[in-house]
Amino acid sequence: MPDDLTARVIEVIAKTSHKPIEGIQPDSTFEAIGLDSLDGMQILFALEEEFNVSIPDEAARKIRAIPDAVEGIRGLLAARAAEA
Amino acid sequence: MRRRVAVTGLGVVSAIGSAIDTFTESVRCGRSGIAPLQLPVELDLRSRLGAQVAEFRWGTDRDGDVYDRFALMAGAAAEQAIEAAGGITADAAVVTGSCLGGNHFEDASFHQFYAERRSRFHPLTVPRIMENAPASLISMRWGLRGPAYTVSSACASSSHAIGQAYWLVRDGVAEAAVTGGSDATFSPGILKAWEAMRVVSPTGCRPFSADRDGMILGEGAAMLVLEPLDAARARGAAILGEIVGFGMSADASHITQPSGDGAARAMRAALADAGLGPSAIGYVNAHGTGTPANDGVECKAIQQVLGDRVPVSSTKALHGHTLGAAGAIEAVATLVAMRQGFLPATAGVTSVDPDCAGDIIIGEARRAQVECALSNSFAFGGLNAVLVLRRPE
Repeated sequence: MPDDLTARVIEVIAKTSHKPIEGIQPDSTFEAIGLDSLDGMQILFALEEEFNVSIPDEAARKIRAIPDAVEGIRGLLAARAAEA
Repeated sequence: MRRRVAVTGLGVVSAIGSAIDTFTESVRCGRSGIAPLQLPVELDLRSRLGAQVAEFRWGTDRDGDVYDRFALMAGAAAEQAIEAAGGITADAAVVTGSCLGGNHFEDASFHQFYAERRSRFHPLTVPRIMENAPASLISMRWGLRGPAYTVSSACASSSHAIGQAYWLVRDGVAEAAVTGGSDATFSPGILKAWEAMRVVSPTGCRPFSADRDGMILGEGAAMLVLEPLDAARARGAAILGEIVGFGMSADASHITQPSGDGAARAMRAALADAGLGPSAIGYVNAHGTGTPANDGVECKAIQQVLGDRVPVSSTKALHGHTLGAAGAIEAVATLVAMRQGFLPATAGVTSVDPDCAGDIIIGEARRAQVECALSNSFAFGGLNAVLVLRRPE
C-alpha cells in the first residue's frame, strides 16, 4: 500500500503524461511506464508546482523512477520543514 | 532549371470553415465568420468583433502540451493538404509564416510571472512561443528533412513563405514543399495592442466601402502542397492550381501607413517573375483590410499596374484579417474560386468609395473563368508580397 506522498507523486505523473494511473506502480521506472524526455521535463515542473519545491538540476538528472521522485520530494519537504 | 509548380494539396482552418469544401462554399456564398468575440477573460475593448475558429481541436494531449494554438492550427491545415496530395516526399521543404507565434501561452506565462508573481515557468515555454513551431511540427509529424524555416513579415508572412517555397521547388532546390501560415490572434495582450493602433473597427469589416472604418482580426491557418507540375502529372495527382510568379518590395516609407508605390512595385515584380503582362490577370484578391488607409491606396496601385477593368475583391470581410495566415488563406480562397469558376465578392460593402476606383466585386460572387490572378499582401512596415496564381489547366 503506497503512502500518501507516493500516491500523490503517482497521480501527478499520470496526469502530466496523460497515462492511466493503473499502469504506474510505486517501483516503476520512467522507461517502463513509457515516459520520454519531454514527459520528464513536464513531470519535474508539475512536481515542483504540486509540492511547491525547487528541484535542482543535478537532482533532476538523476530522477529515473518513481522511488527517485518520491525520495527526492520527501527530502526537499523535510529540508523545508527543518528550516521553518 | 525552371520548372512549373503545381498545387496538389490544400488545407485550411478558419472562421468560415476548417475543411476546403466548407471554406469554398463560404467564400462562394459570402458567408462571414465575423461575430461578437467569445473570450475567456473580461476585457475592456472598443471593438468586440472577430473571426474566431469555434471549437478548434487538433492533435493529441501531448501535442497540446508542446504546441500553442497557432501551431496546432498549422498542423491541422497541413494534415488536410498532405492527405489531399496523397502524401509528401521526405525531402520536401517546409516554409511557414507567422506574425505572432505562440502568443496565447506567452501572454498567459507573462501574466503568471508579472501579475501572479509565480516565478516557475513551464519547461516548454520556449518551444510553445517560437514562431517556427509550425515548421518544426510539420517536419517532425511527416518526417520531412528538406529546407525548413519560418518567415515573419507581419501581414505578408505567409505570402512571403509561399513565394519562397515556390522558388525552392521551381529552381530544383526542393522536390516538393509544404507551405503556408498560421496565427491565433485572440489573446488579451494582442487584442489590446491592435486596439491601441486605432485601426480595428468597432462596427465591422467593409473593404473599399465609403463608410469603412477599420479591420477586424481573424485567426486560422492555411497550407499548400507544392510540387513540380510534371512530377504531379506523372503520378496522377489532382492539380488544384499553379503558382506562376512571386514578387516583393519594400515601401521604405512608414511603419504603419502603406505607400501605393511599394504595392505597385511588388505587383510589377510578381508579373515579371511570372513572365506575364498586365492583361493576363483576370482577378485580384486584394489585401483589402477595410482600413481607411489601405484600400484607396491599394486600388490606385492596382489601377496603375493593371488598369481599371480588372475585377478586384477582398475576402477579409469573411475570414477576417488573419495576420501571418492572411497570405495563405487568401491564396487558398483565390485558388479554390478559380478552380470552381467564380470570383469572390467583397462582403459588407454599403457603397463603393469613389476613392477605390476599379471593378470592385460586391454583392454576389461572380461567375467567371479566369486564367491568372494576383493575391496581394501588404504588411505593416511596408513589406509587400504578391503571388501570381493560375487555374489548373
